[in-house]
Amino acid sequence: MAAIAGQINVEPTLKPMILNLGPQHPSTHGVLRVRVELDGEQVKNCEPVIGYLHTGIEKTFEDLFFQQGCMLADRMDYVSPLNNNLAWVLAVERLLGIEVPKRCQYIRVMFAELSRIASHLVWLGTSAMDMGAMTPFFYTMQQRELILDLNEMAAGYRMNPSYFRVGGLMRDLPPGFAERLYAFLDGFPRWLDELKGLLDRNPIWLERLQGTGRISAEQALDYGWTGPLLRACGVPRDLRKWNPYSSYEDFAFEVPTESAGDVYARYRVRMREMEESLKIVRQAMDNLPAGPWHVQDRKIYPPDKAEIAQSMEALIYHFKLFSEGFMVPPGEVYAAVEGPKGELGCFVVGAGSSRPHRVHVRGPSFYNLQALPELVRGGLLADIVAAIGSIDIVLGEVDR
Amino acid sequence: MRRLSAWARSNSLWPAQFGLACCAIEMMATAASRFDLARFGAEVMRASPRQADVMIVAGRVCQKMAPVLRELYDQMPEPKWVIAMGACASVGGVFANYAVVQGVDRIVPVDVYVPGCPPSPEGLIEGVMQLQKKIQQGWRPVMPAMVAAQEVAGA
Amino acid sequence: MNGILDALREAFGNALRCDEQRGQQVVHVAVEAIDGVVRLLKEQGFRLLLDVTAVDRLPRTPRFDVVYHLYHLDLRDWIRLQLETGEEGPEVPSVAGIFPAANWAEREVFDLFGIVFRGHPDLRRILMPEDWQGHPLRKDYPLTGWRPLPALARD
Repeated sequence: MAAIAGQINVEPTLKPMILNLGPQHPSTHGVLRVRVELDGEQVKNCEPVIGYLHTGIEKTFEDLFFQQGCMLADRMDYVSPLNNNLAWVLAVERLLGIEVPKRCQYIRVMFAELSRIASHLVWLGTSAMDMGAMTPFFYTMQQRELILDLNEMAAGYRMNPSYFRVGGLMRDLPPGFAERLYAFLDGFPRWLDELKGLLDRNPIWLERLQGTGRISAEQALDYGWTGPLLRACGVPRDLRKWNPYSSYEDFAFEVPTESAGDVYARYRVRMREMEESLKIVRQAMDNLPAGPWHVQDRKIYPPDKAEIAQSMEALIYHFKLFSEGFMVPPGEVYAAVEGPKGELGCFVVGAGSSRPHRVHVRGPSFYNLQALPELVRGGLLADIVAAIGSIDIVLGEVDR
Repeated sequence: MRRLSAWARSNSLWPAQFGLACCAIEMMATAASRFDLARFGAEVMRASPRQADVMIVAGRVCQKMAPVLRELYDQMPEPKWVIAMGACASVGGVFANYAVVQGVDRIVPVDVYVPGCPPSPEGLIEGVMQLQKKIQQGWRPVMPAMVAAQEVAGA
Repeated sequence: MNGILDALREAFGNALRCDEQRGQQVVHVAVEAIDGVVRLLKEQGFRLLLDVTAVDRLPRTPRFDVVYHLYHLDLRDWIRLQLETGEEGPEVPSVAGIFPAANWAEREVFDLFGIVFRGHPDLRRILMPEDWQGHPLRKDYPLTGWRPLPALARD
């Protein structure tokens, strides 16, 4: 630019503004940091920065016995802990080459689906709160309390119950559980309708959600998207149907799919998933088989506590299992379950000892979050909040 | 007069939202309708630390997050208190490894430790009530020797 | 599946070896061939790259196994690719250009193991702080790490 003599060159240089969202921010659902490049209100690019919740869980697994890993697995995706638990016990059981009895499988399905409902309730409550709708938060958290009560009845713990064990469960269902469960199943649909009534045709909700955060099925597959996010783009992949585990083939349910690939489609998919999960839980309780709830192999699952007083052998099994753990033959296995966020996989490498050599958890949120820049490019700043909410991330799973 | 201001402060503790991990979900449940933390004075969970009295550190503090935690604590105006919620915030919890800070009192002075993994909402409410009692008895936060020494050393 | 394995063998010959572990199909691939193999599998219908991770097999040489998991949407089944690489290299060709999903996954493997991916657009630490020394998931890195206390954010 030639400068005219005596005149200051005042041509302004416009640069995009870099805005930092997080890591402490009410709408980032945990400690996520997003660096956003803005041009006015329009988003040019964004970069999620993660690692603020990296807990070294994978390394800690290597230090614990396989049975103790059940406790650790819960603390990754902590809003639906029993799905993590399920992936872990399935992987170890596959390494051991054992299969648990039917009753145990049905109970596991029941709790996995209840955890799915709990996770979707947290997603709905927090997403709605991000958009400014306060009421759904209180309704969803109240319903979630009922599910946590069921967890507490069965395992003694509201959250992170670690109810599943390698080879079975922590203990059988307590008396009175069925009544509590049916009371919840009967009462929940009414609350789901209430929430739908608040949000489904709400003009603000529709305006903010429809058309936001759109992604095509091709891009979604490229980014490794799975679960409700992929189903909202039109790909009906659901591991419960395609690669059933833990007796899921015994249950009749549908897999909701949408095709728009935007935030509203993901909302619709998750709402319908909650209804389907209710169906599965009811079927599981109605048809719950009687029988043992853990493998009878005493080298893996300890014998009944009462037996210890009478049988020396039982005492020795107990002692060995809790001081040394059971031995797992060398090998590798990848077991995946359909978690509420997507495909939750557990890659376990056994080295012939009582501790795993390597455990890697394929957290769906890690792969889902990567595509955030694709969702928000060209949109408005407020749409980032909607997009992050719709991906439904749990930082414990992203950072492990 | 001091007793009156202590009573007023203790009954209107506004927490700074600092939910990190699983404990954050239980903190949300405490604020929700069944346990309702608001009836103890914690009317709103302020996102901005500049408008908060107490920081409830809910969850595990990891290496990357530690400096952020300290910065937010420094941004809170006096008088301020800290509740370490859960085992991870108190002593590092089940994670005795390279990635987790073994107790948030290595970074900020803590007034009340609430055990549990995660503590049930009743536990957190008990912790808040303990803090209220402490404030009413004239408690002023005291820097643990470790943190003070590090500040002096300029680490 | 067998048709796809035949196509692979035809294209890559003795750069690979097929195997089965606990009912799952595993293909051991030579390091240099991995991006070609992944590209061919994507064309054959393995449309989802689910996971990229690594295993430290100290004291074996070569030290690391890098493991890929892919999923075929029509066959509805997984396949695992495994390659071996050592501490001093060889560098593993990045598949981030074929599957954008691999971008963060390879960064994580670099962060936690120190394996370098050649051709990766942005290879830097993702989970640990930028200035962290060492690669935590290696077997010679202790569980509790080397650092005594985190750095404070203070002046």
